[in-house]
Amino acid sequence: MSDIAQKVKSIIIDKLGVEESEVSAEASFTNDLGADSLDTVELIMEFEKEFNISIPDDQAENIGTVGQAISYLEENAK
Amino acid sequence: MQQLKRVVVTGIGALTPIGNTSEDYWNNLSKGVSGAAPITRFDAEKFKTRFACEVKNYDPLDHFDRKEARKMDLFTQFAQIVSAEAMADSGLDIEKINVDRAGVIWGSGIGGLRSLQDEVIDFTEGGHTPRFNPFFIPKMIADIAPGLISIKYGFRGPNFTTVSACASGTNAIIDSFNYLRLGMADVFITGGSEAAVCQAGIGGFNALKALSERNDSPETASRPFDRERDGFVLGEGAAGLILEEYEHAKARGAKIYAELIGGGMSADAHHMTAPHPEGLGAKNVMINAINDAGIDKTEVDYINVHGTSTPLGDLSEALAIKDVFGEHAYNLNISSTKSMTGHLLGAAGAIEAAACILAIQNQMVPPTINHSGDDEKFDAKLNFTFNKAQEREINVAVSNTFGFGGHNTSIIFKKFEE
Repeated sequence: MSDIAQKVKSIIIDKLGVEESEVSAEASFTNDLGADSLDTVELIMEFEKEFNISIPDDQAENIGTVGQAISYLEENAK
Repeated sequence: MQQLKRVVVTGIGALTPIGNTSEDYWNNLSKGVSGAAPITRFDAEKFKTRFACEVKNYDPLDHFDRKEARKMDLFTQFAQIVSAEAMADSGLDIEKINVDRAGVIWGSGIGGLRSLQDEVIDFTEGGHTPRFNPFFIPKMIADIAPGLISIKYGFRGPNFTTVSACASGTNAIIDSFNYLRLGMADVFITGGSEAAVCQAGIGGFNALKALSERNDSPETASRPFDRERDGFVLGEGAAGLILEEYEHAKARGAKIYAELIGGGMSADAHHMTAPHPEGLGAKNVMINAINDAGIDKTEVDYINVHGTSTPLGDLSEALAIKDVFGEHAYNLNISSTKSMTGHLLGAAGAIEAAACILAIQNQMVPPTINHSGDDEKFDAKLNFTFNKAQEREINVAVSNTFGFGGHNTSIIFKKFEE
Protein backbone atom coordinates (compact mmCIF):
# COMPACT_ATOMS: atom_id res chain seq x y z
CA MET A 1 0.00 0.00 0.00
CA SER A 2 1.30 3.45 -0.92
CA ASP A 3 2.05 6.07 1.72
CA ILE A 4 -0.86 8.07 0.42
CA ALA A 5 -3.27 5.15 0.73
CA GLN A 6 -2.10 4.53 4.29
CA LYS A 7 -2.63 8.19 5.26
CA VAL A 8 -6.04 8.31 3.60
CA LYS A 9 -7.16 5.23 5.48
CA SER A 10 -5.99 6.52 8.83
CA ILE A 11 -7.82 9.83 8.29
CA ILE A 12 -11.01 7.91 7.49
CA ILE A 13 -10.62 5.65 10.53
CA ASP A 14 -10.06 8.67 12.76
CA LYS A 15 -12.81 10.92 11.44
CA LEU A 16 -15.53 8.34 10.92
CA GLY A 17 -14.67 6.22 13.96
CA VAL A 18 -14.63 2.98 11.95
CA GLU A 19 -12.46 -0.15 12.11
CA GLU A 20 -9.54 -0.62 9.74
CA SER A 21 -11.13 -3.81 8.38
CA GLU A 22 -14.15 -1.84 7.15
CA VAL A 23 -12.05 0.58 5.11
CA SER A 24 -11.87 -1.38 1.81
CA ALA A 25 -11.31 0.32 -1.54
CA GLU A 26 -14.96 -0.18 -2.52
CA ALA A 27 -16.38 1.14 0.77
CA SER A 28 -18.62 4.17 0.27
CA PHE A 29 -18.35 6.92 2.89
CA THR A 30 -22.09 7.37 3.15
CA ASN A 31 -23.47 3.90 2.40
CA ASP A 32 -20.90 1.73 4.16
CA LEU A 33 -19.01 3.88 6.66
CA GLY A 34 -21.88 5.81 8.26
CA ALA A 35 -20.87 9.29 7.09
CA ASP A 36 -23.47 12.03 6.63
CA SER A 37 -23.03 14.97 4.27
CA LEU A 38 -21.15 17.03 6.87
CA ASP A 39 -18.77 14.15 7.61
CA THR A 40 -17.98 13.90 3.90
CA VAL A 41 -17.15 17.61 3.68
CA GLU A 42 -14.92 17.24 6.71
CA LEU A 43 -13.09 14.29 5.16
CA ILE A 44 -12.33 16.28 2.02
CA MET A 45 -11.03 19.09 4.22
CA GLU A 46 -8.77 16.73 6.09
CA PHE A 47 -7.36 15.38 2.82
CA GLU A 48 -6.65 18.93 1.72
CA LYS A 49 -4.88 19.69 4.96
CA GLU A 50 -2.87 16.47 5.06
CA PHE A 51 -1.75 16.64 1.43
CA ASN A 52 -1.55 20.43 1.20
CA ILE A 53 -3.76 20.72 -1.87
CA SER A 54 -7.06 22.35 -2.74
CA ILE A 55 -9.81 20.04 -4.02
CA PRO A 56 -12.40 21.98 -6.06
CA ASP A 57 -16.01 21.27 -5.11
CA ASP A 58 -16.91 19.75 -8.51
CA GLN A 59 -14.11 17.22 -8.10
CA ALA A 60 -14.88 16.61 -4.41
CA GLU A 61 -18.35 15.46 -5.49
CA ASN A 62 -16.77 12.54 -7.34
CA ILE A 63 -14.92 11.28 -4.27
CA GLY A 64 -17.43 8.94 -2.65
CA THR A 65 -15.42 5.83 -1.83
CA VAL A 66 -12.12 5.02 -0.19
CA GLY A 67 -10.66 3.93 -3.53
CA GLN A 68 -11.77 7.12 -5.30
CA ALA A 69 -10.11 9.21 -2.59
CA ILE A 70 -6.86 7.28 -2.85
CA SER A 71 -6.64 7.47 -6.62
CA TYR A 72 -7.56 11.17 -6.70
CA LEU A 73 -4.88 11.96 -4.16
CA GLU A 74 -2.27 9.75 -5.80
CA GLU A 75 -2.80 11.69 -9.01
CA ASN A 76 -3.04 15.17 -7.52
CA ALA A 77 -1.02 15.29 -4.31
CA LYS A 78 2.46 16.74 -4.69
CA MET B 1 -57.78 33.02 33.35
CA GLN B 2 -57.15 29.39 34.06
CA GLN B 3 -55.47 28.39 37.31
CA LEU B 4 -51.70 28.02 37.02
CA LYS B 5 -50.43 24.48 37.38
CA ARG B 6 -47.93 23.33 39.99
CA VAL B 7 -44.39 22.41 38.91
CA VAL B 8 -42.12 19.92 40.65
CA VAL B 9 -38.55 18.69 40.31
CA THR B 10 -38.37 14.97 39.60
CA GLY B 11 -34.77 14.43 38.48
CA ILE B 12 -31.30 15.90 39.00
CA GLY B 13 -27.99 15.44 37.19
CA ALA B 14 -24.72 17.26 37.88
CA LEU B 15 -21.20 17.33 36.51
CA THR B 16 -19.22 19.89 38.48
CA PRO B 17 -15.69 20.79 39.56
CA ILE B 18 -16.40 19.09 42.92
CA GLY B 19 -18.31 16.00 41.82
CA ASN B 20 -19.26 14.23 38.60
CA THR B 21 -22.73 13.09 39.74
CA SER B 22 -25.38 14.88 41.76
CA GLU B 23 -24.63 12.63 44.73
CA ASP B 24 -20.88 13.43 44.70
CA TYR B 25 -21.67 17.08 44.11
CA TRP B 26 -23.84 17.26 47.23
CA ASN B 27 -21.38 15.29 49.36
CA ASN B 28 -18.57 17.69 48.53
CA LEU B 29 -20.78 20.78 48.83
CA SER B 30 -21.75 19.78 52.35
CA LYS B 31 -18.13 19.02 53.24
CA GLY B 32 -16.87 22.36 51.94
CA VAL B 33 -14.49 21.01 49.27
CA SER B 34 -12.82 23.44 46.84
CA GLY B 35 -12.74 22.54 43.14
CA ALA B 36 -9.99 25.00 42.21
CA ALA B 37 -6.60 23.85 40.90
CA PRO B 38 -3.99 24.83 38.31
CA ILE B 39 -5.38 24.84 34.76
CA THR B 40 -4.83 21.61 32.80
CA ARG B 41 -6.85 22.34 29.66
CA PHE B 42 -4.13 24.53 28.13
CA ASP B 43 -0.73 25.95 28.99
CA ALA B 44 -1.65 28.96 31.11
CA GLU B 45 1.88 29.99 32.03
CA LYS B 46 1.65 33.45 30.47
CA PHE B 47 -1.81 34.26 31.83
CA LYS B 48 -2.47 36.45 34.86
CA THR B 49 -4.74 33.73 36.23
CA ARG B 50 -3.37 30.20 35.99
CA PHE B 51 -6.02 28.25 37.87
CA ALA B 52 -9.68 27.41 37.49
CA CYS B 53 -12.38 25.03 38.70
CA GLU B 54 -12.23 22.32 36.04
CA VAL B 55 -14.29 19.13 35.93
CA LYS B 56 -11.97 16.37 37.17
CA ASN B 57 -11.25 12.88 35.76
CA TYR B 58 -13.19 13.63 32.61
CA ASP B 59 -12.79 11.42 29.56
CA PRO B 60 -15.42 12.00 26.85
CA LEU B 61 -14.92 8.39 25.70
CA ASP B 62 -16.47 7.20 28.97
CA HIS B 63 -19.72 8.70 27.67
CA PHE B 64 -19.57 8.92 23.86
CA ASP B 65 -17.96 7.11 20.97
CA ARG B 66 -15.09 8.95 19.31
CA LYS B 67 -17.04 10.16 16.32
CA GLU B 68 -19.86 11.48 18.48
CA ALA B 69 -17.48 13.20 20.92
CA ARG B 70 -15.59 14.97 18.15
CA LYS B 71 -18.75 16.66 16.90
CA MET B 72 -19.64 18.18 20.26
CA ASP B 73 -18.01 21.05 22.08
CA LEU B 74 -17.33 20.28 25.73
CA PHE B 75 -20.32 22.38 26.86
CA THR B 76 -22.60 20.11 24.79
CA GLN B 77 -20.96 16.94 26.07
CA PHE B 78 -21.56 18.17 29.64
CA ALA B 79 -25.20 18.94 28.75
CA GLN B 80 -25.78 15.43 27.39
CA ILE B 81 -24.21 13.78 30.44
CA VAL B 82 -26.23 15.65 33.07
CA SER B 83 -29.43 15.25 31.04
CA ALA B 84 -28.88 11.50 30.95
CA GLU B 85 -28.32 11.40 34.73
CA ALA B 86 -31.42 13.54 35.39
CA MET B 87 -33.57 11.45 33.01
CA ALA B 88 -32.47 8.19 34.61
CA ASP B 89 -33.01 9.69 38.07
CA SER B 90 -36.56 10.79 37.16
CA GLY B 91 -37.59 7.34 35.97
CA LEU B 92 -39.39 8.96 33.00
CA ASP B 93 -40.26 6.38 30.36
CA ILE B 94 -40.16 8.09 26.96
CA GLU B 95 -42.39 5.35 25.55
CA LYS B 96 -45.15 6.36 27.96
CA ILE B 97 -45.15 10.16 27.78
CA ASN B 98 -46.41 12.49 25.08
CA VAL B 99 -43.13 13.61 23.52
CA ASP B 100 -44.89 16.45 21.70
CA ARG B 101 -45.43 17.98 25.15
CA ALA B 102 -41.87 17.35 26.36
CA GLY B 103 -39.32 20.11 25.82
CA VAL B 104 -35.73 21.11 26.44
CA ILE B 105 -34.73 24.62 27.48
CA TRP B 106 -31.04 25.01 28.22
CA GLY B 107 -28.83 27.83 29.47
CA SER B 108 -25.36 28.64 28.26
CA GLY B 109 -23.71 32.02 28.58
CA ILE B 110 -21.17 31.53 25.81
CA GLY B 111 -21.66 28.22 24.00
CA GLY B 112 -18.72 26.59 22.23
CA LEU B 113 -16.03 29.15 22.97
CA ARG B 114 -13.21 26.62 22.66
CA SER B 115 -14.51 25.44 19.27
CA LEU B 116 -14.73 29.03 18.05
CA GLN B 117 -11.22 29.78 19.27
CA ASP B 118 -9.66 26.64 17.79
CA GLU B 119 -11.30 27.02 14.38
CA VAL B 120 -10.23 30.64 14.06
CA ILE B 121 -6.68 29.66 15.02
CA ASP B 122 -6.79 26.93 12.35
CA PHE B 123 -7.99 29.46 9.81
CA THR B 124 -5.27 31.99 10.51
CA GLU B 125 -2.57 29.32 10.59
CA GLY B 126 -3.85 27.77 7.37
CA GLY B 127 -2.75 30.61 5.09
CA HIS B 128 -6.23 32.14 5.27
CA THR B 129 -7.74 29.58 2.89
CA PRO B 130 -11.44 30.12 3.39
CA ARG B 131 -12.01 26.56 4.55
CA PHE B 132 -13.77 25.94 7.82
CA ASN B 133 -14.70 22.63 9.33
CA PRO B 134 -18.35 21.83 8.56
CA PHE B 135 -18.93 21.12 12.25
CA PHE B 136 -17.55 24.50 13.31
CA ILE B 137 -20.89 26.35 13.40
CA PRO B 138 -23.05 23.51 14.76
CA LYS B 139 -20.45 22.81 17.48
CA MET B 140 -20.14 26.43 18.51
CA ILE B 141 -23.73 27.72 18.60
CA ALA B 142 -25.17 27.88 22.10
CA ASP B 143 -28.49 26.32 21.11
CA ILE B 144 -26.97 23.06 19.89
CA ALA B 145 -27.06 21.53 23.39
CA PRO B 146 -30.87 21.39 23.69
CA GLY B 147 -31.06 20.45 20.01
CA LEU B 148 -28.95 17.34 20.56
CA ILE B 149 -30.73 16.49 23.82
CA SER B 150 -34.07 16.56 21.98
CA ILE B 151 -32.66 14.25 19.30
CA LYS B 152 -31.52 11.78 21.95
CA TYR B 153 -34.89 11.54 23.72
CA GLY B 154 -37.22 12.43 20.85
CA PHE B 155 -38.67 15.40 22.78
CA ARG B 156 -40.62 17.44 20.23
CA GLY B 157 -41.88 20.27 22.47
CA PRO B 158 -40.37 23.76 22.95
CA ASN B 159 -36.62 23.74 22.42
CA PHE B 160 -34.12 26.60 22.73
CA THR B 161 -31.23 28.08 24.67
CA THR B 162 -31.42 31.08 26.93
CA VAL B 163 -28.43 33.43 26.81
CA SER B 164 -28.13 35.98 29.61
CA ALA B 165 -24.49 35.52 30.65
CA CYS B 166 -24.30 34.23 34.22
CA ALA B 167 -28.09 34.24 34.60
CA SER B 168 -28.64 31.90 31.60
CA GLY B 169 -29.24 28.70 33.59
CA THR B 170 -31.83 30.35 35.81
CA ASN B 171 -33.56 31.90 32.80
CA ALA B 172 -33.83 28.43 31.26
CA ILE B 173 -35.45 27.10 34.45
CA ILE B 174 -37.86 30.06 34.65
CA ASP B 175 -38.90 29.62 31.02
CA SER B 176 -39.52 25.90 31.54
CA PHE B 177 -41.48 26.70 34.70
CA ASN B 178 -43.65 29.18 32.81
CA TYR B 179 -44.54 26.80 29.96
CA LEU B 180 -45.38 24.08 32.48
CA ARG B 181 -47.55 26.20 34.73
CA LEU B 182 -49.39 27.63 31.74
CA GLY B 183 -50.22 24.06 30.74
CA MET B 184 -48.27 24.31 27.48
CA ALA B 185 -46.09 21.26 28.20
CA ASP B 186 -45.86 18.30 30.61
CA VAL B 187 -42.15 17.95 31.17
CA PHE B 188 -38.85 19.72 30.53
CA ILE B 189 -35.24 18.81 30.62
CA THR B 190 -33.70 22.09 31.71
CA GLY B 191 -30.48 23.38 33.23
CA GLY B 192 -27.27 24.79 31.86
CA SER B 193 -23.72 24.01 30.88
CA GLU B 194 -20.53 25.94 30.28
CA ALA B 195 -16.99 25.08 29.26
CA ALA B 196 -15.03 28.30 28.89
CA VAL B 197 -11.74 27.29 30.49
CA CYS B 198 -9.65 28.03 27.40
CA GLN B 199 -7.28 30.81 26.38
CA ALA B 200 -10.10 33.05 25.13
CA GLY B 201 -12.12 32.54 28.33
CA ILE B 202 -9.34 33.10 30.84
CA GLY B 203 -7.70 35.87 28.79
CA GLY B 204 -11.02 37.59 28.17
CA PHE B 205 -12.08 37.62 31.80
CA ASN B 206 -8.56 38.61 32.88
CA ALA B 207 -8.82 41.65 30.61
CA LEU B 208 -11.99 42.62 32.49
CA LYS B 209 -10.08 42.28 35.77
CA ALA B 210 -12.87 39.96 36.86
CA LEU B 211 -10.82 36.91 37.87
CA SER B 212 -8.94 36.21 41.07
CA GLU B 213 -5.19 36.19 40.54
CA ARG B 214 -4.37 34.27 43.71
CA ASN B 215 -2.12 31.83 41.82
CA ASP B 216 -0.20 30.76 44.93
CA SER B 217 -3.35 29.36 46.55
CA PRO B 218 -6.04 28.40 44.02
CA GLU B 219 -8.16 26.46 46.51
CA THR B 220 -8.64 29.54 48.72
CA ALA B 221 -9.10 32.03 45.86
CA SER B 222 -12.90 31.93 45.66
CA ARG B 223 -13.83 33.64 48.93
CA PRO B 224 -17.15 35.45 48.62
CA PHE B 225 -17.81 38.08 51.32
CA ASP B 226 -14.27 37.75 52.66
CA ARG B 227 -12.15 40.82 53.39
CA GLU B 228 -9.51 39.69 50.88
CA ARG B 229 -11.70 38.61 47.97
CA ASP B 230 -10.13 39.60 44.65
CA GLY B 231 -12.37 38.28 41.89
CA PHE B 232 -14.11 35.13 40.75
CA VAL B 233 -12.65 31.76 39.81
CA LEU B 234 -13.78 30.46 36.44
CA GLY B 235 -15.55 27.11 36.64
CA GLU B 236 -16.92 24.64 34.10
CA GLY B 237 -19.59 21.95 34.19
CA ALA B 238 -23.33 21.51 34.10
CA ALA B 239 -26.48 20.54 35.89
CA GLY B 240 -29.76 19.27 34.52
CA LEU B 241 -33.19 19.16 36.13
CA ILE B 242 -36.35 17.36 35.15
CA LEU B 243 -39.22 19.79 35.75
CA GLU B 244 -42.65 18.28 35.54
CA GLU B 245 -46.24 19.42 35.89
CA TYR B 246 -47.34 18.09 39.26
CA GLU B 247 -50.35 16.00 38.14
CA HIS B 248 -48.19 14.42 35.43
CA ALA B 249 -45.55 13.49 38.00
CA LYS B 250 -48.14 12.26 40.47
CA ALA B 251 -49.91 10.10 37.88
CA ARG B 252 -46.74 8.14 37.20
CA GLY B 253 -45.79 7.91 40.88
CA ALA B 254 -42.60 9.95 40.45
CA LYS B 255 -40.22 10.75 43.27
CA ILE B 256 -40.54 14.49 43.96
CA TYR B 257 -37.52 16.43 45.18
CA ALA B 258 -39.11 19.85 45.66
CA GLU B 259 -41.62 22.26 44.20
CA LEU B 260 -40.59 25.24 42.09
CA ILE B 261 -42.88 28.00 43.32
CA GLY B 262 -41.62 31.25 41.83
CA GLY B 263 -39.31 33.01 39.44
CA GLY B 264 -38.32 36.64 39.04
CA MET B 265 -36.43 38.63 36.44
CA SER B 266 -35.14 42.18 36.28
CA ALA B 267 -32.51 44.35 34.63
CA ASP B 268 -30.11 46.80 36.24
CA ALA B 269 -30.24 49.17 33.25
CA HIS B 270 -26.99 50.55 34.59
CA HIS B 271 -23.63 49.28 33.20
CA MET B 272 -22.22 46.63 30.83
CA THR B 273 -20.38 44.66 33.50
CA ALA B 274 -20.64 46.40 36.87
CA PRO B 275 -23.59 45.73 39.16
CA HIS B 276 -25.81 48.57 40.32
CA PRO B 277 -23.96 49.99 43.36
CA GLU B 278 -26.96 49.77 45.68
CA GLY B 279 -28.08 46.44 44.20
CA LEU B 280 -31.27 47.88 42.73
CA GLY B 281 -31.71 45.12 40.13
CA ALA B 282 -30.86 42.44 42.69
CA LYS B 283 -33.40 43.88 45.10
CA ASN B 284 -36.13 44.03 42.46
CA VAL B 285 -35.53 40.51 41.24
CA MET B 286 -35.87 38.97 44.70
CA ILE B 287 -39.06 40.95 45.31
CA ASN B 288 -40.40 39.81 41.92
CA ALA B 289 -39.67 36.17 42.71
CA ILE B 290 -41.23 36.36 46.18
CA ASN B 291 -44.36 38.02 44.77
CA ASP B 292 -44.55 35.46 41.98
CA ALA B 293 -44.34 32.63 44.52
CA GLY B 294 -47.11 34.23 46.57
CA ILE B 295 -45.24 33.77 49.84
CA ASP B 296 -44.29 36.15 52.59
CA LYS B 297 -40.60 37.09 52.66
CA THR B 298 -40.37 35.77 56.22
CA GLU B 299 -40.99 32.25 54.88
CA VAL B 300 -37.57 32.21 53.16
CA ASP B 301 -34.96 30.16 55.03
CA TYR B 302 -31.97 30.01 52.72
CA ILE B 303 -30.54 32.14 49.91
CA ASN B 304 -27.96 30.61 47.61
CA VAL B 305 -26.52 33.93 46.47
CA HIS B 306 -24.85 34.90 43.24
CA GLY B 307 -21.84 35.92 45.42
CA THR B 308 -19.01 35.49 42.93
CA SER B 309 -16.22 36.81 45.20
CA THR B 310 -15.80 40.12 43.41
CA PRO B 311 -15.39 43.26 45.55
CA LEU B 312 -18.42 45.12 44.10
CA GLY B 313 -20.83 42.30 43.31
CA ASP B 314 -20.84 40.72 46.77
CA LEU B 315 -21.42 44.08 48.39
CA SER B 316 -24.37 45.13 46.26
CA GLU B 317 -26.06 41.72 46.69
CA ALA B 318 -25.71 41.86 50.49
CA LEU B 319 -27.20 45.38 50.51
CA ALA B 320 -30.08 44.15 48.36
CA ILE B 321 -30.80 41.26 50.75
CA LYS B 322 -30.99 43.64 53.71
CA ASP B 323 -33.22 45.93 51.73
CA VAL B 324 -35.62 43.18 50.71
CA PHE B 325 -35.79 41.20 53.94
CA GLY B 326 -35.34 43.86 56.63
CA GLU B 327 -35.08 42.26 60.08
CA HIS B 328 -35.74 38.79 58.61
CA ALA B 329 -32.35 39.06 56.83
CA TYR B 330 -30.75 38.08 60.15
CA ASN B 331 -32.77 34.87 60.35
CA LEU B 332 -31.67 33.72 56.90
CA ASN B 333 -28.87 31.40 56.06
CA ILE B 334 -26.95 32.88 53.13
CA SER B 335 -24.23 31.01 51.27
CA SER B 336 -22.25 31.21 48.07
CA THR B 337 -21.45 27.73 46.81
CA LYS B 338 -19.24 29.42 44.22
CA SER B 339 -16.66 29.43 47.01
CA MET B 340 -16.36 25.68 46.21
CA THR B 341 -17.40 25.30 42.56
CA GLY B 342 -16.06 28.54 41.15
CA HIS B 343 -18.26 30.49 38.80
CA LEU B 344 -19.81 28.36 36.05
CA LEU B 345 -21.23 31.37 34.16
CA GLY B 346 -24.30 30.19 32.24
CA ALA B 347 -24.35 26.92 34.19
CA ALA B 348 -24.19 28.66 37.58
CA GLY B 349 -27.96 28.96 37.86
CA ALA B 350 -28.35 25.26 37.08
CA ILE B 351 -25.83 23.88 39.58
CA GLU B 352 -27.03 26.33 42.23
CA ALA B 353 -30.66 25.38 41.67
CA ALA B 354 -29.52 21.79 42.23
CA ALA B 355 -27.72 22.93 45.40
CA CYS B 356 -30.92 24.54 46.72
CA ILE B 357 -33.01 21.44 45.98
CA LEU B 358 -30.45 19.17 47.64
CA ALA B 359 -30.21 21.56 50.60
CA ILE B 360 -33.98 21.21 51.07
CA GLN B 361 -33.73 17.41 50.72
CA ASN B 362 -30.94 17.18 53.27
CA GLN B 363 -32.10 20.06 55.52
CA MET B 364 -28.58 21.40 55.46
CA VAL B 365 -27.07 24.66 54.20
CA PRO B 366 -23.81 24.21 52.27
CA PRO B 367 -21.13 26.66 53.40
CA THR B 368 -19.33 29.70 52.00
CA ILE B 369 -15.77 28.44 52.39
CA ASN B 370 -12.43 30.27 52.57
CA HIS B 371 -13.53 32.90 55.05
CA SER B 372 -10.44 34.32 56.73
CA GLY B 373 -11.54 37.75 57.91
CA ASP B 374 -14.62 39.92 58.06
CA ASP B 375 -15.05 42.82 55.69
CA GLU B 376 -16.52 45.63 57.78
CA LYS B 377 -18.62 46.73 54.82
CA PHE B 378 -20.96 43.79 55.48
CA ASP B 379 -23.47 43.75 58.31
CA ALA B 380 -21.88 41.36 60.84
CA LYS B 381 -25.32 40.09 61.87
CA LEU B 382 -25.90 38.45 58.47
CA ASN B 383 -25.26 34.69 58.54
CA PHE B 384 -23.13 33.84 55.49
CA THR B 385 -22.68 30.22 56.63
CA PHE B 386 -18.93 30.70 56.66
CA ASN B 387 -16.62 27.69 56.38
CA LYS B 388 -18.91 24.95 57.69
CA ALA B 389 -22.28 23.59 56.58
CA GLN B 390 -25.18 24.28 58.97
CA GLU B 391 -28.09 21.99 59.66
CA ARG B 392 -31.39 23.82 59.80
CA GLU B 393 -34.99 23.52 58.80
CA ILE B 394 -35.21 24.61 55.17
CA ASN B 395 -38.69 24.94 53.81
CA VAL B 396 -38.03 27.64 51.22
CA ALA B 397 -34.77 28.29 49.34
CA VAL B 398 -33.97 31.10 46.91
CA SER B 399 -31.28 31.01 44.20
CA ASN B 400 -29.99 34.31 42.77
CA THR B 401 -27.96 34.70 39.59
CA PHE B 402 -26.91 37.91 37.88
CA GLY B 403 -25.25 38.33 34.50
CA PHE B 404 -23.08 40.79 32.59
CA GLY B 405 -25.46 43.11 30.80
CA GLY B 406 -27.33 43.66 34.03
CA HIS B 407 -29.62 40.58 33.79
CA ASN B 408 -30.94 39.39 37.15
CA THR B 409 -32.83 36.20 37.89
CA SER B 410 -34.11 34.61 41.05
CA ILE B 411 -36.00 31.36 41.63
CA ILE B 412 -37.65 29.86 44.67
CA PHE B 413 -37.92 26.18 45.61
CA LYS B 414 -40.10 24.83 48.39
CA LYS B 415 -40.11 21.57 50.28
CA PHE B 416 -42.77 19.46 48.60
CA GLU B 417 -46.13 18.94 50.32
CA GLU B 418 -49.17 17.35 48.67
